[in-house]
Amino acid sequence: MSELSFFLGCIAPNRYPGIEKATKIVMEELGVHLKELKGASCCPAPGVFRSFDKITWLALASRNVVLSEEMGVDLLTVCNGCFGSLVDANNQLKEDQDLRAEVNKILAEVGHEFKGTIRVRHIMEYLYDDVGVEKVKESIKYPVDLKIAVHYGCHLIKPSKERHLGSIENPTFFDELVEATGATSVMYKDKNACCGAGGGVRTSSLETALKLARAKIEHAQAAGVDCIVDACPFCHLQMDVGQTEIEKKFGDVFNMPIVHYSQLLGLGMGYTPQELGIDMNYVKNDEFIAKIEKIGGGN
Amino acid sequence: MSDTDMKVIKTSDLDLAFREEIMKEHGAEKLSMCFNCTGCTAGCTMAEHEPNYNIRQLLRMANLGMREELLNHPYLWNCTTCYKCQERCPQGVHNVDILLKIRTMAVHSGIMLDKHRKVAQLMANTGHAVPINDDNKEKRKKLGMGELPETVHKYPDALEEVHKIVRITGFDKLTEAQS
Repeated sequence: MSELSFFLGCIAPNRYPGIEKATKIVMEELGVHLKELKGASCCPAPGVFRSFDKITWLALASRNVVLSEEMGVDLLTVCNGCFGSLVDANNQLKEDQDLRAEVNKILAEVGHEFKGTIRVRHIMEYLYDDVGVEKVKESIKYPVDLKIAVHYGCHLIKPSKERHLGSIENPTFFDELVEATGATSVMYKDKNACCGAGGGVRTSSLETALKLARAKIEHAQAAGVDCIVDACPFCHLQMDVGQTEIEKKFGDVFNMPIVHYSQLLGLGMGYTPQELGIDMNYVKNDEFIAKIEKIGGGN
Repeated sequence: MSDTDMKVIKTSDLDLAFREEIMKEHGAEKLSMCFNCTGCTAGCTMAEHEPNYNIRQLLRMANLGMREELLNHPYLWNCTTCYKCQERCPQGVHNVDILLKIRTMAVHSGIMLDKHRKVAQLMANTGHAVPINDDNKEKRKKLGMGELPETVHKYPDALEEVHKIVRITGFDKLTEAQS
């Protein structure tokens, strides 16, 4: 069985614990044991904290990476934002010896040292490259008969100089993993557009951020999907909590279910929406929950 | 400021050292290679919804050395860092990396939005930009999980490491609320 450390970040454990739980369940089913990364902090969020002070961002990000180095395993994240921070920090410190020396001086004060011995992995690219689409397909006991709008998000694939995940204009790996569950990935307008949350925009200009989310959800709805599937708790929050805010600010009601890929996979493996926390979304859509309850045999 | 606002820019007011300062940053070296093709702004998702946000114009201002105007620019913080423009730039200019450097220069000049100060302090104090709350402790329990995640929330010694790091780097002071 492969082992990885599980970097939780902020939003999964503190706003969508179902994503955390679903990830542990599905990875174990796939033969990947996730070890707790005890004492990890915020990644810290790439757009804001890196904007404020690069050395603080690097020191805190590398501390998280180092905790996994000390366990001797690669680190797994289920969040695009955390992936952005940790991959970029890990790569920069592996490549730039001066920067590494500067950061290590700070880490030494708290008893750590960055050595550059591990890789930072995102669940989607880990599943695609290391587990494989075929094995994911074999793990599905109950095909998920849903029409899905795939939301890649931004920092999973960009900046590509740090990622190497193929085309950033027309990526396909996420769609392949969604279709491995038996679902259909439906094309929709501006599929690769940003959800609007990143870069500190959700914090500083909520209304503007919501305009981007609204466009995203409108386009998905126009394509007739059952739900949007993402691989980032921050996009997840922006599109789920965002819908309650969009209703208040603009009056639009979508009732669009937002599902993390770990939760989708869990459905196909036979777990209930309640076990996976899908029913804990801020947008309540009973019709959707009733529909996905039938996937595992309809009891 | 939008593209249609006409304003005389005096060369004597420009600060050419500003551009050099930005270009010292790893990843920002190609700033001067921008030839204003506007491919960045044309494809910008933010610009579609907020036309006053114009990344091409911000880079032009950086190249001209318009330090004060740029550090105080009302739309400097509108980029969601989606990196689409950076990927598409035919000159290989790292637009987003450059913008982040300019933001850092603004913050270090004492120019920071109150809402960003608040989230920075929240992270510096709790170790999380989005800390746990009662509602989610309940959700965790209902899912059969521990009330607190295995993060700094559960390990006070780990949180102390975060506190120590933000003290050493001066981040706590840099982002503290202004009186």
